[in-house]
Amino acid sequence: MTKERAVAAPESAPVSPAVARPWAHPSVLARWEFFLVLILGLFVWMGTRVSPYFLTPSNFANLTSAMMEVAIMALPATLIIIAGEIDLSVESTLGLASAILGFLWAAGVPLEVDIPLVLAVGGLAGLLNGLLVARAGLPSLVVTLGTLALYRGLAQVVLGTRAISDFPSGFTAFGFGTVPGSPIPWTLIVFAMLGAVFWFVAHATWIGRQVFAVGKNKDAARYAAVDVAALKTALFVVSGVLAALAGIILTARFSSARGDNGSGLVLTVVTIVLLGGVDINGGKGTIPGVILAVFTLATLQSALNLAGVSGDYQTVAVGLLLIVSITAPYIARQARTVIGRVLRARHPPPDPVAHGEVVG
Amino acid sequence: MGDAPGAGSSVRSRVDTPGVAPDGPADSPSRSRLEVRNVSKRFDATAALTDVSLELRAGEIHALVGENGAGKSTLVKILAGVHVPDSGTILLDGVEVQIPDPVTARLLGIAVVHQEPRLFPDLSVAENVFLAHPPTRRLGAISWAEMRQMAAALFEELGVHLDVGATVRGLSMADQQLIEIAKALSVDARVLILDEPTSALSAHEVERLFAIVRRARDRGVAVLFVSHRLEEVFELCDRATVFRDGRHIITASVGDLTTADLVRHMVGRAVTLFPKAEAPIGEVLLEVRHLSRPGAFQDVSFKVHAGEIVGMAGLVGAGRTEIARVLFGIDQASGGEMLLDGRPLHLSSPSAALRAGIAYVPEDRHRDGLILDFSITDNVTLPILPRLFPHLLVHPATERTLARGFVDRLRVRATSVDQLVQALSGGNQQKVVIAKWLATHPKVLILDEPTRGVDIGAKVEVHRIVSELAASGLGIVLISSDLPEVLAMSDRILVLHEGRITAEIPRAEASEERVMFAATGHDGGASAEAGGPSEASHAGGTA
Repeated sequence: MTKERAVAAPESAPVSPAVARPWAHPSVLARWEFFLVLILGLFVWMGTRVSPYFLTPSNFANLTSAMMEVAIMALPATLIIIAGEIDLSVESTLGLASAILGFLWAAGVPLEVDIPLVLAVGGLAGLLNGLLVARAGLPSLVVTLGTLALYRGLAQVVLGTRAISDFPSGFTAFGFGTVPGSPIPWTLIVFAMLGAVFWFVAHATWIGRQVFAVGKNKDAARYAAVDVAALKTALFVVSGVLAALAGIILTARFSSARGDNGSGLVLTVVTIVLLGGVDINGGKGTIPGVILAVFTLATLQSALNLAGVSGDYQTVAVGLLLIVSITAPYIARQARTVIGRVLRARHPPPDPVAHGEVVG
Repeated sequence: MGDAPGAGSSVRSRVDTPGVAPDGPADSPSRSRLEVRNVSKRFDATAALTDVSLELRAGEIHALVGENGAGKSTLVKILAGVHVPDSGTILLDGVEVQIPDPVTARLLGIAVVHQEPRLFPDLSVAENVFLAHPPTRRLGAISWAEMRQMAAALFEELGVHLDVGATVRGLSMADQQLIEIAKALSVDARVLILDEPTSALSAHEVERLFAIVRRARDRGVAVLFVSHRLEEVFELCDRATVFRDGRHIITASVGDLTTADLVRHMVGRAVTLFPKAEAPIGEVLLEVRHLSRPGAFQDVSFKVHAGEIVGMAGLVGAGRTEIARVLFGIDQASGGEMLLDGRPLHLSSPSAALRAGIAYVPEDRHRDGLILDFSITDNVTLPILPRLFPHLLVHPATERTLARGFVDRLRVRATSVDQLVQALSGGNQQKVVIAKWLATHPKVLILDEPTRGVDIGAKVEVHRIVSELAASGLGIVLISSDLPEVLAMSDRILVLHEGRITAEIPRAEASEERVMFAATGHDGGASAEAGGPSEASHAGGTA
């Protein structure tokens, strides 16, 4: 059936040397990132039209710090989606982390002990997801939908309807404060460091290569001695730890630990990842694209806020953006195929791509 | 008739070929059933077919052969209504027809059986056969009883014993292929196109298939038989057409051709088959003792020496792939032991097998062997990345150099090592899979159907590579359903039947008859020509 694939599917054959490392930077997504820069510019322009306050340093601090929890969760979510899975439970892990942090603090345990404990709990939550998905072979959509409910329930068991808010000022300043003398929030620095690590891991190390391999063809990856189960489990553990970190940051930013912290955030996390050009079917995507998507969405939300658009309508906007970011790559691909066909019809290349010459 | 084929060919009526004239078919054998005239088809930059003509007569089996990329599949897809030709005409029984889609093809009576069966695994045999045109009662309700009767009658006519009420899941590849053919014939096909139907079948299943195809021919159906296996062309077909690089090369009566002729026309040069070099046999590398896995194989013992090619023959489902999967750590054995260099092996995963020095070229290269939208380099280095770059950071230049070394050594035809493997031909893809495993420096290499679906030129190349690897001291296990290949390549042949080794035949004593005899569950003895090929599928109750 596919034996004459080289002849049957020449459209997908690589033509330009720019696609030399397709696992890292597919040309489609390179263009997608360019597109994201354009949208980001458009949203910034809209923001300046809406309010003179938009381009001020303090608004920059506001719009970024409001987005940092989802941004941090979006980084491991990117790798999980590229590997062909999904983690919907992160917002509940965040809530559980917040609840446990509040509970421990209220019980008089110092923060230096609370924070590592909370991160460990996040890791355990991720480990459970990972074991159910990678070892038991259950679909991650179902597993993490289940733990989405489970971890939220646990969070509410831990703290009930209480809110713990008497955190020390040094801790809360970390949540919403900026580096002295600049508009850069501390949390943005945390995100920048994590972003750099994920960028490096995804696109410059063999761990990243294995993640892409698993997402494109997990059977072939397994036959190529990639430990698919261990890799996926590790991704879920990292996702859990960073969701817990996001929970700590959210608690600090709101100065309030509650069991229902972070409800509904997973929609934003998935939107950011897909807006960043990651293929929901796995195997394709880039960390830089997702980082760009963080700022694109932050800018849009800030502009809508300043324009006085209510929260409900903002959710509508996020939903629309999610739909657009899923459909746009397909439309773009179709358009590229058509344009490519027209160009080739006008200037036929001298050599057929499929029958290349011998290397060397 | 102004449609004489391009090259200087000797087109003769099949009537003057002795021994192949069917006795009393419905249609006159010389009547033209399907004519393809001057058809061309381009895919963007690639010319898939250039000015190709072909005539199929009623009541003949016509072979279409050629290497990958020769345009065979493109022509099949045009006739099946999947592709529309850029130019040229198609005549069915003398009337010009357009085939814009597969439904039209079916309505015209053109039935296509694809290489891999495309059935619904959870529906019954009868439902699969009559899916598109079920017998109905009033109000359009499906008449299940009638459907079952019709299916049973159809299989009866084909001489196949199959439970038409059984679900397709769990049936052998061979049975699924027969269902595809029954499906094709259920619509009163005028033209039956078989696109490499035998690549997944064992020898006796092939025989059964051939009997059915002959019966279809005798009913007056024009059969186009696309195959890589030349011996099948000679056994089954009346005439043969060779395509090369999208062009028609020759059409001739099979009686006027030799294997050497066909190969020469296909590749455009003379080729020697199976260059197996004699290599010194060394120490025992791999030893398997009383290995068992319930439901797959029992009490399997054998040894593989350095420099030795051990062939594994047997019917599909005899347990060969299952043994390979245990040797590669994908599945675990329930009993017995494996030793490599005299040390016991405990393989819990492919990574463990890789560390031990065992490599496996899997049967299904698209599903298990390759990541199709990875480059050649990325595929070749995937198993050894952790070993190659212990500090995590990948050095693209290093891995590209490594990949280029193997690409040169195995003569992979590609524009560069950065090319995506999906753009390569089947044979070159298989070489990339082999390169991937050679890069791990294995001691034992297991090859599972390494030449299935690759063209003759590439097949010879793969044989050359395997032979050289053995000569360099590797122990090789060659699993293949291609008997001539096993016989030509192996120093020793293990024959399996229903999960047990039924014969171990040294090279000097091996013959097709002996291997087939053992593969069908007999242990030694003479000629197995007795029962016709139309015998039951999985009855197996021979005395």
